[in-house]
Amino acid sequence: MQFPESWLRALVDPPLSTDELCHLLTMAGLEVEEAKPVAAEFSSVVVGRVLSTEKHPDADKLKLCKVDTGAYGVLQIVCGAPNVAPEMRVPCALVGAKLPGLEIKRAKVRGIESFGMLCSARELGLSEDHGGLLALPADAPIGANVRDYLNLGDTLITLKLTPNRADCLSLTGIAREVAALTGATLRLPVIEPVAATLADTRAVILDAPDVCPRYCGRIVRGVDAKAATPDWIRQRIERCGIRSISALVDVTNYVMLELGQPLHAFDDAELAGAVHVRCPQPGEKLLLLNEQSVEPSRDTGLIADDAKPLALAGIMGGEHSGISDATTDLFLESAFFTPTAIAGKARALGFSSDASHRYERGVDFELQRPAIERATQLIISICGGQPGPVVEAVSPAHLPARTPVRLRSARAAKVIGVPFSADTIATLIGGLGAKIERQGDEFLVTPPAHRFDMEIEEDLIEEIARLHGYDNIPAAPPQAQLAMLPLPEDRRGPMQVRRLLAERGYFEVVTYSFVEAAWEADFAGNAAPIQLANPIASQMGVMRSTLIGGLVGVLAANRKRQVERVRAFEIGRVFSRRADGHPVTGFAQPLRIAGLAGGTALPEQWAAPAQKVDFFDVKGDLEALFAPRALSFDKASHPALHPGRSASVSLDGRAIGVVGELHPRWVQQYELGSAPVLFEIDLDAWLALPMPAFAEVSRFPIVTRDLALIMPREQALAPLLSALRGAATDFVCDVRLFDLYQGDGLPQGQKSLAFRIVMQHTERTLADEEVDAVISKLVEAGRRYGAVLRT
Amino acid sequence: MDNLEHLVTEAIAEFAKATEPARLEEAKSRFLGKDGSLTALLKGLGKLPGEERKAAGSQINTAKGQIEAALAARRDELRQAQLDAQLAAEALDVTLPGRAQSRGALHPVTRTLERIEQLFRSIGFDVADGPEIETDWHNFTALNTPEKHPARSMHDTFYLQDETGKVQEDVLLRTHTSPVQIRYMQAHVDKHRHLPTMPEIRVIAPGRVYRVDSDATHSPMFHQVEGLWVGENVSFADLKGVVADFLRRFFESDDLKVRFRPSFFPFTEPSAEIDVAFMSGALEGRWLEIAGCGMVHPNVLRFGGIDPEKYTGFAFGMGPDRLTMLRYGINDLRLFFEGDLRFLAQFQ
Repeated sequence: MQFPESWLRALVDPPLSTDELCHLLTMAGLEVEEAKPVAAEFSSVVVGRVLSTEKHPDADKLKLCKVDTGAYGVLQIVCGAPNVAPEMRVPCALVGAKLPGLEIKRAKVRGIESFGMLCSARELGLSEDHGGLLALPADAPIGANVRDYLNLGDTLITLKLTPNRADCLSLTGIAREVAALTGATLRLPVIEPVAATLADTRAVILDAPDVCPRYCGRIVRGVDAKAATPDWIRQRIERCGIRSISALVDVTNYVMLELGQPLHAFDDAELAGAVHVRCPQPGEKLLLLNEQSVEPSRDTGLIADDAKPLALAGIMGGEHSGISDATTDLFLESAFFTPTAIAGKARALGFSSDASHRYERGVDFELQRPAIERATQLIISICGGQPGPVVEAVSPAHLPARTPVRLRSARAAKVIGVPFSADTIATLIGGLGAKIERQGDEFLVTPPAHRFDMEIEEDLIEEIARLHGYDNIPAAPPQAQLAMLPLPEDRRGPMQVRRLLAERGYFEVVTYSFVEAAWEADFAGNAAPIQLANPIASQMGVMRSTLIGGLVGVLAANRKRQVERVRAFEIGRVFSRRADGHPVTGFAQPLRIAGLAGGTALPEQWAAPAQKVDFFDVKGDLEALFAPRALSFDKASHPALHPGRSASVSLDGRAIGVVGELHPRWVQQYELGSAPVLFEIDLDAWLALPMPAFAEVSRFPIVTRDLALIMPREQALAPLLSALRGAATDFVCDVRLFDLYQGDGLPQGQKSLAFRIVMQHTERTLADEEVDAVISKLVEAGRRYGAVLRT
Repeated sequence: MDNLEHLVTEAIAEFAKATEPARLEEAKSRFLGKDGSLTALLKGLGKLPGEERKAAGSQINTAKGQIEAALAARRDELRQAQLDAQLAAEALDVTLPGRAQSRGALHPVTRTLERIEQLFRSIGFDVADGPEIETDWHNFTALNTPEKHPARSMHDTFYLQDETGKVQEDVLLRTHTSPVQIRYMQAHVDKHRHLPTMPEIRVIAPGRVYRVDSDATHSPMFHQVEGLWVGENVSFADLKGVVADFLRRFFESDDLKVRFRPSFFPFTEPSAEIDVAFMSGALEGRWLEIAGCGMVHPNVLRFGGIDPEKYTGFAFGMGPDRLTMLRYGINDLRLFFEGDLRFLAQFQ
């Protein structure tokens, strides 16, 4: 809602500066989004009348003008504006005038003296219009100060109104609020009924009283639709951001801005019979003023005559029944449409109108008759014409209820945290225009018709807090009964895994939860991802079921910026349909953690060879992340990953994720250059942590034996290792692989695995025979897996 | 015994000439060895008469002692020289860079979330989480925003298609973290149903939220932190106290100006926008909108299973993305979602 400060001050004029007034409004919940002067600062510019123009002897495009400036004399001024002409009245900057970025001096222009400057709108900082001189009305008083004449000391104030404050979508409403906040006197326009000079009426039939419980209509005949809009109306509506169209349209807009009541004027000649407010028939179509053809839904209100639909109730008029320059007879509409009947309708049709904006938030339902009288009064004074009587159709049962709301002083004090007395409360809410009945420390408050946000006690408490001033409510240091929060030792938080990964060189990224469908197909093999109904772009069209796409995207973007070595991770939700999903039925949306490493394993440096990161670097990161819990890895296939270089990851027998090199197909398709290694794990699996379990520390010596076994290259280590571990006696503390050799000196196709066996008894020193027995058992176990002792 | 003195001088000179331990040992044997000059003299003593022998023996022993001392000193010198040579040979260019592992970093918004969590935990707030595909009921209805409520147009909501391609009306991408209020209240009430008085609720809920909006200052996905405190005596004054305290601690600025300005949200009443103004820096003196808050609307408490007559509470919702931008002077929201390592590496 934009308006000129001068209009507000005409209705209420508290002793406050512009800044103070804006602060008052902001702190009352009517946020001032912008307050800007109508024009730039300038001085000594007066209304001048051009007496004559002659061509400059030495310049084709310049003219010598004689300009009458009244008390300042007749001045000779050189002017280059294309539209300068005798008899024109224009702003004339006198010698000594200060304009934005310019001071006017007596000057010689191509050898001719010039005593001032004739100004365009841009030169006065009024607008960007620099097409020529700003033409002033023919009755502009010569010699008058242009700032005063055009009221340019004015400020345009823009309010960012919240949806509950529809009552402030008019100057009257804002003025009422300012009066309540400051105690300044409210001077609203006096609205006298305009006596009918015609008997002509149209019947109004409310077929849908739930949509329209009150409708006032009136015929005005013989208007001059071509009459000029008076300057004061045009200036006010233009300063509210509404374009001046014609006197009739301007008046309806003026009354809407002044009072808050949207009005519509029909060309009465286009109407047949009675005016109905009804629901549309199936298939009924209407061409709107904005040239949009609509087929309104059943629950939309329609204004119609006996023959045809005329307008979408409370939203927009129809193209064919609107007024034009040729209109002589009007039918004026001033109606109340219920907010729920209008809410969302314009938005559904893809536009917004000043009327629907107000109706869906709530228009004062006692305003229809005063508004139609005010409009009639203005129309007749500007365009002439003969008014008929006002026809009012009303369905009182469907008007909004204004039930008294109980307000307890103690409750207000408790919620706000300020010990208000009942007397203070009475004073504060007294200014709201509500009917108040006091019963001791309680009140029964009947809200006024213009407020749609005073339905329960809390609504009134909010008003008390607001009128008291939020600034005046103390900020209390919080007090509560102290109780420690639980701190389970067998759970860790996601912040910890972030820190661990950061320590290992990974940067946390945040990528969008919606991705392109191709990513889902490529990286998750998901042909039917969850689609957004209204994505902002097609590459953000589906919900991701894997974090891999986002990380590949990060890699690609960084490689484009010539950053080769990229380590990144993300913690985020992934989404899939699942009938038994929890907590939202139908969807699984677990948190996952995924990481990507591309480029060299270590940052490039003199002290280490530049090796590309490989599967085992990232597997090692994963193992370190989960330590002390041991992960198990099995060869697996995954749509995103290299089939020979990827594994499924399990913990305690449960599959929790994958790790592997990106499939070469995607490396090529996404132009990555070299393949990164990725992992993706259920975050939940990481969060659980075993409680440490104490075991006796042995005082006896450690015995270490090495064991080299040979087996076919294609055979995996894991089954052998777990067989060895399974075969070990309980004093064997560790069986670990410490060397892998495949090359010369071995039978074709074989590899040599060297294991270190660490043994220590908690109660005694181990005897050689015991140790030898263990080694024999391990060799035997190895043999069962096709591994033979290397000799 | 000039001979002896000469011998000592000669030995010292010989030792000094030896520049390696082996040479020194050779020199030693020339004087002190089995066939050495001094050994020969000692052997010759037996031929001398008694008195003379004694005096000569003592002189020879003195000389032997001198030679041995010279030998020991020379040995030390050589050992030291050898060590010096070894140390010199082993010396490194200590100005070469250390063998480097790289370090990553937390996302700047995560840093902010962690600080927020720590500050609120320090006054007894729990941290909760909620689903991002949320029911329409939790996101709107239970937050006192019935269908067609004009406040719904404040949020441009992402909806999903069902498997047949139709818009699914009952679920959406949550537009704020406020639905966690409802979920947390319901769970809390359930958990403490057996108690005569429900313990207070103090919780924050950070997370991702979604709105149909995209430009330099809006991202279709961004972060929010919800806060909720419900108890028997929680007032708007408490809300002001907690939020103002938080903002001053977060920005580590005791003179940060904080103002509460009346506003409107369907789920709180009274409602406020929170503005801050810094007293120094590039943004000095400008009011910056930073969060929305208010007393929990009685309908919302009821949807959470809580009696609004007995309990009151406040809630707030703030944007950690904006807090992060203000804290570090970041000028473009989109940087948070682009994964540019040159940007992220600034937050180690």
